[in-house]
Amino acid sequence: MSERISLGRAENRIAVAKTYKLYIGGAFPRSESGRSYPVNDAKGAFLANAAQGSRKDARDAVAAARKAFGGWSGATAYNRGQVLYRVAEVLEGRREQFIAEVGAAEGVAVKKAQSLVDAAIDRWVWYAGWTDKIATVLGASNPVAGPYFSFSVPEPTGVVAVLAPQQSSLLGLVSVVAPVIASGNTAVVVASQDRPLPAITLSEVLATSDLPGGVVNILTGRTAEIAPWLASHGDVNALDPTGAPEAVRADLERSAAGTVKRVLRARTSEDFTREPDLARLRAFLESKTVWHPVGV
Amino acid sequence: MAATSTAPSLPPALADAVRDDASLRRFLHGLPGVDQVGVEQRAAGLGTRSIKKAAKLWAIDTAISMVDLTTLEGADTHGKVRSLAAKARRPDPERPDVPKVAAVCVYPDMVATAVGELRGTGINVASVATAFPSGRSSLPVKLADTAFAVEAGASEIDMVIDRGAFLSGRYGQVFDEIVQVKHACGDAHLKVILETGELATYDNVRRASWLALLAGGDFIKTSTGKVTPAATLPVTHVMLQAVRDWHTQTGDLRGVKPAGGIRSTKDAIRYLVAVHEVAGPEWLTPDLFRFGASTLLNDLLMQRRTQLEGHYSGPDYVTVD
Repeated sequence: MSERISLGRAENRIAVAKTYKLYIGGAFPRSESGRSYPVNDAKGAFLANAAQGSRKDARDAVAAARKAFGGWSGATAYNRGQVLYRVAEVLEGRREQFIAEVGAAEGVAVKKAQSLVDAAIDRWVWYAGWTDKIATVLGASNPVAGPYFSFSVPEPTGVVAVLAPQQSSLLGLVSVVAPVIASGNTAVVVASQDRPLPAITLSEVLATSDLPGGVVNILTGRTAEIAPWLASHGDVNALDPTGAPEAVRADLERSAAGTVKRVLRARTSEDFTREPDLARLRAFLESKTVWHPVGV
Repeated sequence: MAATSTAPSLPPALADAVRDDASLRRFLHGLPGVDQVGVEQRAAGLGTRSIKKAAKLWAIDTAISMVDLTTLEGADTHGKVRSLAAKARRPDPERPDVPKVAAVCVYPDMVATAVGELRGTGINVASVATAFPSGRSSLPVKLADTAFAVEAGASEIDMVIDRGAFLSGRYGQVFDEIVQVKHACGDAHLKVILETGELATYDNVRRASWLALLAGGDFIKTSTGKVTPAATLPVTHVMLQAVRDWHTQTGDLRGVKPAGGIRSTKDAIRYLVAVHEVAGPEWLTPDLFRFGASTLLNDLLMQRRTQLEGHYSGPDYVTVD
């Protein structure tokens, strides 16, 4: 393997074999279970080792997300937009690395990988722009028959468990994570099981931008192992089952119902290259309606 | 110091220790020094014990029954004490099989409210006294503070020692204070707060523990909760050794109460392991071991639900306090 990696470099250089870790609460811990698993590229060649997260890692990630929720949801929409835009800047700086990783993971040509990475960065910017427009577009001042102002404001729902798409390793990931945090939620993300490297690099991007620790937590490992614990967790408020295996999706929705979670009705195979709409932003918001007396 | 000593049945060596100031000092300084590295390593080692399934459930229930549910804030109101009392009676209203807590711990002026709420439930009312938390007042004021709490119906008194006097070596003065407060307590149990965060060394913790035991304290308690560091495992180790040794020498069982900074079930279980290993299984009862805590109870209840329901619980399912 070392020969393969050292191709095109100094022949006597020893390859740096990587074993990546999880991203929880702004830190990079090993899995509590101590497990890791090999990640291969689309042709089956070894790329790196990734941590194989367990239910206790999921528990820690939820605790970190809950801790971060107050600060992130309380930040002004303007501030959230600035932070997310900063993330896009750092994404842009890592463009070459993402192109290589997306190309290896998805087995696409360089041109295609470039367009996927560019689309992902653009998507992130698009959602960053929405932070301070959500209240205007999805909120309302309601006409009522009485001496009151009545207005509805959208509020973030809380901690959202996101099962990232299995196929689209970066564009799909960005398309499910950005709308969750743009509106002020915090996220526990389970990365694509077989293509986790772009997600891991995204976690390095998040850690080095201004995003507060715990707002996004990224777990790698077996989706079917971790997902049930997130779906049934009493301190998780919503679930995005986009990347859940078809066989367990019904079970996940059932156990999510046990703690009355919002569950996104995700399409089974979504084309993430299409222009997004507001569906994912809207899915993790709650409407608060306030009646205020007039003339007081 | 007053020669009117406490327990009439002390063994000769201990009776001799409390004869006068000089012999008390000689006794306390003659105690073996604490091996700091050793006790910290032992505490850390015991902390790695893995307690699972049925044993964990037992530990959680035991810990709940040992909690002194505490509110010691300047902003306390009678309403807050009443809601705390309600929580003490039935910590998890959805699950009536959850044990009651051991006591509710409040400031002296809140004792009457707590007593009214808890009458007939078997839950004790503890009150801090003696110019808590600093202990910086005159002896008559401290005794009046104690008497006020006892008259209001407190069955346990948590007193603070005069750390200034202790640290400047006036052990006799500290001893006398404890003896007199114990006298003022009457039938009420006396817990002596050493405030280990201000005692600086483990040797001092051991001396203060022995001093409190000699003076008749029923419990020795780590901290007020107002000073960091509050309770730590190694400090609790030293105090558990003291009550264990006291038991060996006198046959008398005294309790330990770590307070402050114990917030998670994991921490609580580590303490229970320490109690079992350092003092002994007979200390695993609310009569001899307590947790001074407020937020710990919610975490215990959440973990209990997690164990029974098979999925993680959250703070939305327990009371806000």
